[in-house]
Amino acid sequence: MNLPLYAQLINLFAALLLLLAFAMLTQRRILSLIRLFALQGFVLMLSTGVVAYSTHQSHLYYSVLLTLVLKVLLLPWILHRLIDALNVRWDVETLIDIPATMLIGIVLVIFAFNLAAPISEIAGTITRSTLGIATASILLSFLMMITRRKAVSQVIGFLAMENGLFFAATSATYGMPLVVELGIALDVLVGTFIFGVFFFHIRETFESLDIHHLEKLKEH
Amino acid sequence: MKQASGIVFQVLQSVLVVLIAPLVLGWVNQCRAWLQNRSGPGIWQPYKVLNKLFHKDAVLAHNASPLFRSTPYILFGCMWLAVGIVPVLATSLPFAPAADVIALVGLFALARVFASLAGMDIGTSFGTLGARREMMIGFLAEPAMLMTLFTASLISQSTSLVTIVETLAHREFVIYPSMAFAAVAFLMVLLAENARIPIDNPATHLELTMIHEAMILEYSARHLALIEWAASLKLTAYITIGIAIFVPWGIAQAGDWVALLVALGVLVAKLALAGAGLALLETVSAKMRIFRAPEFLGTAFLLATLGMLIHFLLEQ
Amino acid sequence: MDLSLFRPVEAAVTLSVIWLGLGAVGLALTRAPRVITDWAFPAGAAVALALAFTGLWAMNAAPSTAVLPAGLPDLPFHVRVDALSGFFLLLLGGVSFGISLFSAGYFRGAEAGAPGLLCLQYHVFLASMGFVLIADDAYLFMVAWESMALSSYFLVTAEHHDERNRKAGFIYLLVAHLGAISILLSFGVLHGGLGDYTFDALRRAELSAFWATIAFVLAFLGFGAKAGMLPLHVWLPEAHPAAPSPVSALMSGVMLKTAIYGMVRVIYDLIGGIRWEWGLTVLLFGAATSLFGVLFALMQHDLKRLLAYHSVENIGIILIGIGLSMVFLGSGHPVAAALALIAGLYHTLNHAVFKGLLFLGAGAILRATGLRNLNEMGGLIRYLPHTALYFLIGALAISALPPLNGFVSEWLTFQASLQAPLLESSVVRSLVPIVAAVLALSGALTGMCFVKVYGVAFLGQHRHELPEKPREASRWERAGMLWLAAACLALGLLPVFMIAQLNNVSQALIKAGLPDEAMASGWLWLVPTSSAQASYSPIVFLLVIAAVFALTYFVVRQIYHGRLRRADPWDCGFPAQTSRMEDTADGFGQPIRQIFAPVYLIRREIPRPEDPHPVFKQEVEDRHWAWMYSPIARLAEWLSGHVGRLQQGRISVYLLYSFLTLIALLMFVR
Repeated sequence: MNLPLYAQLINLFAALLLLLAFAMLTQRRILSLIRLFALQGFVLMLSTGVVAYSTHQSHLYYSVLLTLVLKVLLLPWILHRLIDALNVRWDVETLIDIPATMLIGIVLVIFAFNLAAPISEIAGTITRSTLGIATASILLSFLMMITRRKAVSQVIGFLAMENGLFFAATSATYGMPLVVELGIALDVLVGTFIFGVFFFHIRETFESLDIHHLEKLKEH
Repeated sequence: MKQASGIVFQVLQSVLVVLIAPLVLGWVNQCRAWLQNRSGPGIWQPYKVLNKLFHKDAVLAHNASPLFRSTPYILFGCMWLAVGIVPVLATSLPFAPAADVIALVGLFALARVFASLAGMDIGTSFGTLGARREMMIGFLAEPAMLMTLFTASLISQSTSLVTIVETLAHREFVIYPSMAFAAVAFLMVLLAENARIPIDNPATHLELTMIHEAMILEYSARHLALIEWAASLKLTAYITIGIAIFVPWGIAQAGDWVALLVALGVLVAKLALAGAGLALLETVSAKMRIFRAPEFLGTAFLLATLGMLIHFLLEQ
Repeated sequence: MDLSLFRPVEAAVTLSVIWLGLGAVGLALTRAPRVITDWAFPAGAAVALALAFTGLWAMNAAPSTAVLPAGLPDLPFHVRVDALSGFFLLLLGGVSFGISLFSAGYFRGAEAGAPGLLCLQYHVFLASMGFVLIADDAYLFMVAWESMALSSYFLVTAEHHDERNRKAGFIYLLVAHLGAISILLSFGVLHGGLGDYTFDALRRAELSAFWATIAFVLAFLGFGAKAGMLPLHVWLPEAHPAAPSPVSALMSGVMLKTAIYGMVRVIYDLIGGIRWEWGLTVLLFGAATSLFGVLFALMQHDLKRLLAYHSVENIGIILIGIGLSMVFLGSGHPVAAALALIAGLYHTLNHAVFKGLLFLGAGAILRATGLRNLNEMGGLIRYLPHTALYFLIGALAISALPPLNGFVSEWLTFQASLQAPLLESSVVRSLVPIVAAVLALSGALTGMCFVKVYGVAFLGQHRHELPEKPREASRWERAGMLWLAAACLALGLLPVFMIAQLNNVSQALIKAGLPDEAMASGWLWLVPTSSAQASYSPIVFLLVIAAVFALTYFVVRQIYHGRLRRADPWDCGFPAQTSRMEDTADGFGQPIRQIFAPVYLIRREIPRPEDPHPVFKQEVEDRHWAWMYSPIARLAEWLSGHVGRLQQGRISVYLLYSFLTLIALLMFVR
């Protein structure tokens, strides 16, 4: 275990990212979810900054700025406005209880690590072991989307998934081309706006944001 | 000669820690008082309380059994052994090989079982309430603590506390994410096992909100004094275990008296900081509902297990 | 008689035959029950002690074999005593010594049917277990295995006037037979078509990887059914409580261990070539079994059923140790495999001792008060002080608390699991910490369960008015419990001795043992690999605690005083304190019921508000009946209903069946 300091820092940030993904799985309050999401963006920003500094890839500094503006400031602000307008504070109990969710989460982590192990061998960066963590946080965010009942938490899960993807890219290939990154960032922003519009429509139709109402939208 | 100085050292360390344990508790209470804008009872208050209790006549219920009467001494003995094993001032003490981290957890479990049995001995509802709640906290706290200590053992490839401390103290500074997880889990277990807010309020007078206090409601005088002393010893033991594993720098080898004095100074500083930190944590948190406590500890357990997993997956 | 020819195998055979003889004597003397309880059972105890010494001798001697002049003309019985069977003979002899002593006192009460029949069944049970352990060919093994099942069936249904006991016996026999068929099939696969069923031949037979795995699966399921592994454990909580207490002790303590012996013998010795996938299977089944067992034990209020579920849990822990050993062996780390195997075998011995002790304690309580339901007990420490002390030692031992024996084997299992970084496969490497976490969890839950048991049964106040004052156990019963409690202490305080013996067993089985430094650390310190890595000294533990106890006691009295007075307990200003205000056993387990609710199948009967006599009933049931056993039973009934159509009732049809079979045989067997 003689990694240089910056690699250890990236490992630490990876572990923090995983911790935050788990924490989001267990949170019931939507305000805390948004705060955790902002924190995840912050950790991501720090990690990209360390990668940028140590590998002297200056285009990654633009990524850092983009992450800060978008994920730490703009998106949480939009989400806050959204939940204020929709008057949503708490999430109804999750579909499966929290201890079971955490157990499934641990199984997913083991699965993700074993999945990523052969790919990590091929990657040329020094932080390749974090690929498993990135895959794991993607899967955990997906799980969060599945087990929630209120639509807003599902959006946050979607955004957290994108965080995981971004981290995977940074750790395995030292960042994507800037054009791709800008494209993804714009997609995410637009996606959030569209979600917001949908939520208002859902609430008008069903008088609630509980997704089980959407089950009425079928033939029989 | 080395043997003899080692044994002298061992006895000195044990006696020293046993004597200053109430002071640690007093310091934590005093910090809490200052943070809550009160003037507080002074850091020597626990000693005065112990003295008062020893002077009193012991009052026992009519149906108290020999187990009830011997439990305070057993608890005190267990905690004395615990502080004798943890490398507080120096490593390579003669008794240290008698127990490793697993045996240490087992020792705390032994103390918990006897305390719970004593709580059930008289047969009042408060005693059994306390025993039931204590075991409910304990059944998750003990595995969480064990997993935390295993993470440290996996890094130093040994379960002997001496080896763990020596490896972590003398290695160059490396950030271990698994230790970060383990540290959070350890802190949560420390709060739970020592009956601190947010699990239990050590200053409560309402029986229905008690966990630890309800078990010892029937004790008085010297028995209660020994139990209170054992509780402060337990807190000190937990803090020193945390210091030994997570911030071990400054510890000395037995026999090197200069390094020992330095180690003593460092230890006092660390204990003071830890006590103040504990008081701060207690002041900003609120006590949880009783059935949130298993969730709290379940999180600690899962964090600790996750830390172990991360060690296997990231740090091999 | 040339004494140099007297080897462990002759001793073992002789002693087992003496047991059979004692059984016959018991049957002959049915009219003189006092003679049976005062002479036959103590004689059986003496034989047991001799068998224990034989086992110890065998662990340090070379393997010895013999051919007995019994059995069929072309198929004589082969017997063999080597280090592994020696260890289990030690277990059988040592534990049944204490149990036989207890029985000498217990069966005087003669509620459990005629003591003559009991003596016969009991000693046949013991003798057949002895023969299982020394059998060297599949034929004797199966004969002894079946007679073990049959004699224990009769013992379980000894009080056959109670319908529940009959049903319990039926389930027991059913699962035992299913297991026996599986074991028989496994032997069939192993012998590879050579026609020779001696274990030597089975060892030498070469099997392809596919057939070896089939043999492993059959043996694992067959022995697992007898051991009480998930999901074939359903007979255990029914059968063990139904039997008289000494028999429950024997079944839980010794019979389950013969299944472990069978597993180790067949998998390590006869199949050989262990693969790590097999080990992973054993490991996962073991972890699931241990957690399941303890969670259900916490919900019981019948003392013997609770102890039976704990047996399920401890079998799980043993399987964790053996599974770890198989994983290490299959991945090429024999020293770590030796450590894990020793941990598993040590736990086998420990469980036999403390579970036997606990069941005997339950028997003493039953004899003294007639109570088996924890919710009706309380305050027994005042009337049964000796039983309370021995039960406390058993409870502390099973909760894996230092310095007793349960802690030593759990410690060793944890040390073995911490060798996981040696493994290459990352899947297994990540699963081992999860298994260690499950083990830690079940250990902590066991502690909670035994605080409940001991606190509710012995401490507090009586919950139920007893018709007469309970009498302490008789001398024989106390002697039996004292022996087992002393064994708990000895195995806990001086583990190095037994570990050195187990090292011989490990050397014989897998050709690897603990490293030399481990064995050279002396009797005071237990060091499994190296002293820098881990060490433990239970004697220092005990001495320090005892010294501090004594020191504090005297110093406090010197400096202050030792005055004492008695008063009423604290009642919080509420004067009408009754025993109904203490926790019942169910009340103590309520937090677990709430936290782990999805695991249980809870049926509640909640009274309506207008009920004149409201009653709240709650039953916790095992989901396996609904998932596995009921569907299989329904399927079997449906199938047999269809097959039953063959029974037409007309003679001409039956003659037609014979005719058709004859034609078919003539056509195909030319």
